[in-house]
Amino acid sequence: MTGARLLPLARNSWRQLTSMRTALVLLFLLAVAAIPGSLLPQRSVNVERVAGYFAAHPDLAPVLDRVWAFDVFASPWFSAIYVLLFISLVGCIVPRLRDHVRALRAVPPDAPRRLDRLPQHADGVVVAGGPDAVAAALRRRGWRVAVRGGTVAGEKGYLKETGNLLFHLALVGVLLGVALGSWYGWHANRLLVAGPDGAFCNTVQQYDDYGLGARVDAGGLPRFCLELSDFQASYLDSGQPVRYAATAVVSGADSGPPGARRFSVNDPLRLPGASVYLLGHGYAPVLRYTDRAGRAQTTVAPFLPADDALTSEGVAAFPDANGGDRTAQVAFEGLYLPTVPDSPPFVRSAYPAERAPGLMLFPYRGDLGLDAGIPQSVYQLDRGQLAAGRLAQVGEPALLRVGESMALDDGTRVEFLGTRQWVTLSIRHDPGQPVVLASAALLLAGLMASLAGRRRRVWFRPMPGSASTFEAAGLPRSDYPGFADELARLVATVSPDQPSLPRGPR
Amino acid sequence: MSALSDQLLVVAILAYLVSMLCYAVEYAFGARGAVARAATRELVGARVGGVDTASTDPDGPDGPDRSPATAPHSSLATAPHSTAISPRGTAASPRGTVAWAGRAAVGATVLGALAHLGCLVTRGLAAHRMPWGNMYEFVLTVTFVGVVAWLVLVARRPAVRHLGLYVALVLMTLLGVAGLVLYTDVAPLVPALDSYWLVIHVSAAALASGIFLVGFVTAAMYLVRAGYEQGRAGFPYSLGHRLPTAGALEPLTFRLHTLAFPVWTFAVAAGAIWAEAAWGRYWGWDPKETWAFISWVVYAGYLHARATPSVRRSTATWIAVLGWLTMLMNLFGVNLFFEGLHSYAGVE
Repeated sequence: MTGARLLPLARNSWRQLTSMRTALVLLFLLAVAAIPGSLLPQRSVNVERVAGYFAAHPDLAPVLDRVWAFDVFASPWFSAIYVLLFISLVGCIVPRLRDHVRALRAVPPDAPRRLDRLPQHADGVVVAGGPDAVAAALRRRGWRVAVRGGTVAGEKGYLKETGNLLFHLALVGVLLGVALGSWYGWHANRLLVAGPDGAFCNTVQQYDDYGLGARVDAGGLPRFCLELSDFQASYLDSGQPVRYAATAVVSGADSGPPGARRFSVNDPLRLPGASVYLLGHGYAPVLRYTDRAGRAQTTVAPFLPADDALTSEGVAAFPDANGGDRTAQVAFEGLYLPTVPDSPPFVRSAYPAERAPGLMLFPYRGDLGLDAGIPQSVYQLDRGQLAAGRLAQVGEPALLRVGESMALDDGTRVEFLGTRQWVTLSIRHDPGQPVVLASAALLLAGLMASLAGRRRRVWFRPMPGSASTFEAAGLPRSDYPGFADELARLVATVSPDQPSLPRGPR
Repeated sequence: MSALSDQLLVVAILAYLVSMLCYAVEYAFGARGAVARAATRELVGARVGGVDTASTDPDGPDGPDRSPATAPHSSLATAPHSTAISPRGTAASPRGTVAWAGRAAVGATVLGALAHLGCLVTRGLAAHRMPWGNMYEFVLTVTFVGVVAWLVLVARRPAVRHLGLYVALVLMTLLGVAGLVLYTDVAPLVPALDSYWLVIHVSAAALASGIFLVGFVTAAMYLVRAGYEQGRAGFPYSLGHRLPTAGALEPLTFRLHTLAFPVWTFAVAAGAIWAEAAWGRYWGWDPKETWAFISWVVYAGYLHARATPSVRRSTATWIAVLGWLTMLMNLFGVNLFFEGLHSYAGVE
């Protein structure tokens, strides 16, 4: 193909893309494309539920995954729609911006030849001061005025188009803010157990998971350390939570003033380069195991809550017990009940606070499989090792109260020392946020101006043979049911003795 | 206080029931009702057919797709049909009874709205907070906004009064669902909701939803009426003869949506600001956020389609109806069927 043929094709495609019809289709597609993002679990929202979907639909899930059904909002097809939409938007508003700047500088156009053909019209409007008085009256009411040989032309309502353009430009601003956040923002999650030994510092190695923006260097994260010194939760008698409050000791070069800082749900801990959000909490039982050699080890094992009454499940492992013998490692599967019910079965907690705590322990001995190099959950024993018989339950489970201990079949002992609180934290920094917020504010302002504003023109032309008797007419340039009334009021103000203009549609 | 709130809900539902009956009386026996029309038909004789009795209207029946330049910008209050009809109503129907029924219906609606308000206030007093903590309370609030919007509309445009039958029906259904299915005991807020943003975000969302609800009703009425004016017979269109003209309904629908859309935009933006404080990010494609986005995009599509001369008014209005369906999906579908951060319905 030659350039001569390509050019009209390109011009035609551009016109198609920037037409309102295409924009409407793209808007509709955007709405439709977002639907699977709410019907199917999304990795960006909840990874565990995506894994659950894979387990439940082993045949369907991989097929869906190939079309990004679990990453809808990062998928090429979703991106394609909004990128095209924004190109269409820019292609539409740039010429309008140019026209609007021109219109803002232009004088109102001259009156049409037949004013009586306009929808709103009045004859014999007597204005004592002539055209100058009309022009002055219009100007006082914010009309832009041009006087040509006795005929006064006025135009008003430029704010509508200004607002409309501002709204669309602000949308671009929102997109830029989002992009800025995804390039320069970062986030990380961490489960933090109360106490000085649980403290961590802001480096990627110390996070459970993290995501860095494309332009973020892992070495450049702000330097601060957090220690959870206190966590309080209060509940109603029904078990409904009322309040969570955490206190953290902050230190480090980029932490701002060091010291204890309180934060809670809805009231994050704001540090200079990051914000720390309280997302969840639970209990971590503290166990002391005394092995065959009489050596005691203590571990703090965070258990995951399974229900609203904080029935919690987890594993306390002692891989170094019994002199490092890999066939004699010890672990306990546990069920922690903050409030043990009055009667059996003791499998569900009765209340989320620790009114009558009890820990059900299931002892296991064998090879925990920790050296296989395969990442595994710290909240569960390795199912493979159990199935292969390399790890087996030894003895019956027992329900321990705080301070109680139980003996295993080889005479070793485990003691339940108590619990500590833990919290899950999200640590985030998003430099795009102020841009998005400012753009959203401009967007709303532009939207209101655009929907409330009305562009309209009026003309006052002297009637033949008189310099102070006018023919008046007006033309709304958009849908404006109240224009007849406005023009009638306008005529009444410039000409107080004038019989009022017929109201309503002609 | 909590028991009083529950009793006031029953009072409100009963008052709306009474108003519905009165609306129904006016609807059936009023000047524009079936009885009156049958009588009119016999009196006038020749004037039958697909055209409404209001065709004495100097403009004639308004075509549904008239361009804005030629369509008369008549409002419902000044539309000639409301006055043109009454003399004939005097001749053909027991006008006094009917006017009484209509006024009683509005009176009962006002009483219902007061009980409704009382129900919300006592609920809030019982819980020591704004009554917007779960889905039961949210539905009560949205319906209250809807009632107030309806009463304002009736006060400003009395001609629409006979449509109260449908409004009362929708109200009774929603309040019934709220009372029977969504009911939750009074309790303080869960920590995630314990923020002053609750007041800002939820009130804006409820206000926008209430206005969109009324906008949906006028949009649906417009579509029925437009079909009727095009001479379509059959079930939904046959209701059209009792409706205001399409030329009056369409601008009203548009104005309601131009009012609701910025409020909805504000509600979403306020929600994003709150989400940043509560969950650490301003937007995370939670199901509720996703559907709020979908509604926003669909309503933006409606406003654009309405502003495009080449798109037919009826097509544009269908987009508004679609917008309301996405709002319903967000209110009921997302709360009850999806698990997400907005799962505060409190419905087991």
